[in-house]
Amino acid sequence: MLNVAVVRFPGSNSDFDALRSVERAGMRGRFVWHRESDLQGADLVILPGGFSYGDYLRAGAIARFSPVMQAVQRHAAAGGPVLGICNGFQILCESHLLPGALMRNAGLSFVSKPVDLTVERTTTPFTSAFARGETVRLPVAHGEGRFAATDETLRMLEAEGRVVLRYVPASEGSPLQPNPNGSAHHIAGVSNAAGNVVGIMPHPERFGDPASLDGGARFFASMAAWRPQPTPSKAAR
Amino acid sequence: MSFRVHVRVMPRAGLLDPQGQAVEHALSALGFAEAGEVRVGRAIELDVAAGTPAEAEARARQMCDKLLANPVTEDYLVEVEGA
Repeated sequence: MLNVAVVRFPGSNSDFDALRSVERAGMRGRFVWHRESDLQGADLVILPGGFSYGDYLRAGAIARFSPVMQAVQRHAAAGGPVLGICNGFQILCESHLLPGALMRNAGLSFVSKPVDLTVERTTTPFTSAFARGETVRLPVAHGEGRFAATDETLRMLEAEGRVVLRYVPASEGSPLQPNPNGSAHHIAGVSNAAGNVVGIMPHPERFGDPASLDGGARFFASMAAWRPQPTPSKAAR
Repeated sequence: MSFRVHVRVMPRAGLLDPQGQAVEHALSALGFAEAGEVRVGRAIELDVAAGTPAEAEARARQMCDKLLANPVTEDYLVEVEGA
């Protein structure tokens, strides 16, 4: 059975939802406190949503320096899957595990509502159960979700197919919920080059039915289907 | 020796600054129509133990690069008191 570490920071608030979703998908979940310096053999890691360290300085800026993030860095470098959800995405950007940054929403307001997203990269441990181009509706809840990066970085992300999720652009008469925060290129989630590190703003753990694989449940079904590669990196971990 | 260092962190020019825009609108609503190009950033003050002002500034710049500013979205300015 796969072991999933759900990292908890002071201010995490989606930790129980994430753990529950992991268990409902048939994996073993365990909380790992931010002061711990090893992941105790976890196969996959989730950095859940919330307001780690009160979002002091910048969202995710302080969490980056907690002992557990050193372990997450090693895990990611060895090819281990890491999913950052919302505040977890912000932490991954601040840690330079993912490019870019998440800035204050263009409309300034905290947005909490369902949005429609296109799944664009399915070659990740978190999106393999989707068909490429498929649309999924998930809730977002954030004040700082506007993805920003240099033009060069945006070009690279597009050229390398590293946009994992994209908000549906606003279009007249469409019943779809559009980009809620003014994100560059409507980006809602990106991955590193290898695809093992993924950050997304929406919350799959807050909406999904494991029986029908609705909504967010397929992110966790993807995780449950993931298998460690038989490479030396696993042994070195 | 210790130096008082003032750090100003600002959203990078060219990036959308919705806080600045909102403040600009509010000023205009209050009758300050002459206000324009408002940008909102962050000010940080700290004491830096160093031998010289130049050394204090160099260390403060390293702090900015590593933590105080996000190099992707922000620029910073460092001033050392008495330098």
